[in-house]
Amino acid sequence: MDIRSQVAMVFHLDKCIGCHTCSIACKNVWTDRKGADYMWWNNVETKPGTGFPTKWEDQDEYKGGWIVRNGKLELRLTGKGKFLQKIFYQPDLPTMDEYYEPWTYRYEDLFTAPETDDQPTAIPVSKVTGEYIDIEAGPNWDDDLGGSALYARNDPNLEAMTDEQRLQLLSIETLVMFYLPRICNHCANPACVAACPSGAIYKRGEDGIVLINQKVCRGWRYCVSACPYKKVFYNWSTGKSEKCLLCYPRVETGQAPACFHSCVGRIRYMGVLLYDADKIQEAGVRPDEELVTAHREMLMDPFDPEVIAEAKKNGVTEQIIKAAQNSPVYKFVKDWGLALAPHPEFRTFPSLFYVPALGPVTYSVENGVALNPTSADEIFAPLDQARLPMSYLASLFGAGQEAPVRYAMKKMMAIRTWKRAVTVGDVDMQVALDGLRESDCTPEQAEAIYRLTSLCNYEDRFVIPPSHREQAVEVLTNPLEKKGAAGFGFREQPVRGA
Amino acid sequence: MLDKFLWVGFPYTALTLAVVVSILRFVWKPFSYSSLSSQFLENKQLFWGSGLWHWGILWVLTGHIVAFLCPKQILAWNSAPFRLYLLETSGLIMALLALVGVVALMVRRGTSSRVKAVTTPMDWVLLALLLLQVTTGIDTALRYRWGSSWYASNAAPYLWSLLTLGPRPELIQPLPWLPKIHILSGFTLILLIPFTRLVHFLVVPIFYYWRKPQVVIWNRKGLR
Ligand code: HEM
Ligand code: SF4
Ligand code: SF4
Repeated sequence: MDIRSQVAMVFHLDKCIGCHTCSIACKNVWTDRKGADYMWWNNVETKPGTGFPTKWEDQDEYKGGWIVRNGKLELRLTGKGKFLQKIFYQPDLPTMDEYYEPWTYRYEDLFTAPETDDQPTAIPVSKVTGEYIDIEAGPNWDDDLGGSALYARNDPNLEAMTDEQRLQLLSIETLVMFYLPRICNHCANPACVAACPSGAIYKRGEDGIVLINQKVCRGWRYCVSACPYKKVFYNWSTGKSEKCLLCYPRVETGQAPACFHSCVGRIRYMGVLLYDADKIQEAGVRPDEELVTAHREMLMDPFDPEVIAEAKKNGVTEQIIKAAQNSPVYKFVKDWGLALAPHPEFRTFPSLFYVPALGPVTYSVENGVALNPTSADEIFAPLDQARLPMSYLASLFGAGQEAPVRYAMKKMMAIRTWKRAVTVGDVDMQVALDGLRESDCTPEQAEAIYRLTSLCNYEDRFVIPPSHREQAVEVLTNPLEKKGAAGFGFREQPVRGA
Repeated sequence: MLDKFLWVGFPYTALTLAVVVSILRFVWKPFSYSSLSSQFLENKQLFWGSGLWHWGILWVLTGHIVAFLCPKQILAWNSAPFRLYLLETSGLIMALLALVGVVALMVRRGTSSRVKAVTTPMDWVLLALLLLQVTTGIDTALRYRWGSSWYASNAAPYLWSLLTLGPRPELIQPLPWLPKIHILSGFTLILLIPFTRLVHFLVVPIFYYWRKPQVVIWNRKGLR
């Protein structure tokens, strides 16, 4: 056993309202700079949709993540000696067109235009070239466009579906969409780290945050291609790659990252997971249908004395273990089985898990009057008739397996029905309790889930032990030096070299 | 006097500055070491430019280094006409690839407005000098047969004489002006290494082949 602690995350998609506050919080803090202007370390995409950058999930195109070859984990990008042959030119690199070209407007024209009969306009100009730009794409261009021919129809997850399901998903009467906020997953088996030729990317031992050392990065861009979630971005101005740093200066002091803190829907949870790093390799080569289970088996019980002892050997403090025992993430992922990692088949073992979104509440209408529902099946459409086919969610969260997704959805629907029986009383209590039992849930668990989902305050959502890293660092090195090497805070201006 | 400067003073200055400043830059301005890739901004032309350029120039450079390290073996190899032609033609082909590549890179920098946005004057100086270097090299190879042989018999001993601190400029003096320009611009390029993006080939990531896939850094001492 090699027990490490990891700050991990849950995003409860049922609560996301798609307001993009998270993205803006991040942008204002970290990426409002030349060269980083097109980056969205946090972005919220509409699903079904192509996402950002376009079709990031399509690994036939981008060659991200890991594959199993001869029983061994290999990077899809560089495995089989394909490393050197890609160094002068990266055939799998997304270019700016797959994101969008950042632009601004020439506002000064509004003031300086000579007097004419026409209103002066502020024309859009590229932030790269400064020239006039015919805007073709921008941040959230896909927003709310579930069903659109340009976005939804090109969602790579549609491949997992039958023609009939696809038709159902895209037909105008039953259109459906949900939001998928994304940040770097700070994976347990990060492909970006493994692909970096310079060894500039590393995972921090204490909290598992993945960072790029800006002084060691040489701009070879293997990380950009290798990350299957496309969460490493190339700064076209400085010639270095950058990524989400999970606001580590905040996390180190026990505060939630900017996107978490600002989340309007309160969909974000952060807590510690203890995982067994010795299991990564072995879990990584399991077949697709076992990946969700294999991942969960890697996450260890923080109350198990053996786990605690091993964790302490790795320097995990009492405080962190306490936090792990209190972790909302552990509850959502392990105790309740509600949260699922995105695309487990990429085999990076993300530390970010999603609670899938439920379909809309339904009503039967008779003579223009909505009828009270009498059972769970009348509150939500049964899963097999859900607007969002299970195969779609299975492709996104289950490596193609519907079982873990169905388990989570069923349980959440049962809890909603039960709570309705308790508070509104229009559902028969026995029906509600049967529903809970059938979905592997007790009233106590249902209550706990309900509380952490709906009545969660800051302290419930974020259980982040301060790492006192500032003290630990000062003993060893000059903290300013350390900062410069850890992704932000420069002692030299971060200007492009010659 | 001029000969002394060109074939002794200048090469030594170039080599010394190249080594010393590259190290200083690595220590003091590590952030500035980067390939400064612009593929993110322009992808199609770079495929031809960078690909042809690098594959071509790296083989040509390897040829120069091998002939520098073992000139006797090269001369022996060249003693049979067939082998001489083989070496000369393959060298020429590689050099032509590099030529096409560097021209493509220049066209790209001149035409793509996105790439222009990240182009510094130094980029142009460098590309122009590389073009000069490759054209004078090819021209020399075509005019003065057989370059590979007299590189081994004249240039290699001269370079060795520099390296062993007993410079013998007289080996270069009798050469025609074309190869002389080639040598001078070669040393200028060496001089420019630490002042341009050329530093990128000093940090070629060969260690990747030996390191473990995952990099985990612990903050506290005594842990891994
Ligand atoms: C094994 C050694 C080398 C590697 C791995 C390497 C790699 C690279 C890479 C990744 C780029 C960036 C291309 C892009 O824009 O994406 C580049 C550009 C460049 N390299 Fe190299 N290189 C090497 C050797 C050399 C040598 C020996 C020279 C010259 C003597 C050279 C000259 C250049 C030039 C001039 C550019 C700029 C191209 C442009 O954008 O105009 N490289 N190299
Ligand atoms: S999601 Fe983050 S940690 Fe995982 S591979 Fe991508 S950049 Fe690396
Ligand atoms: S701030 Fe929260 S609710 Fe708003 S889009 Fe981001 S994740 Fe969703």
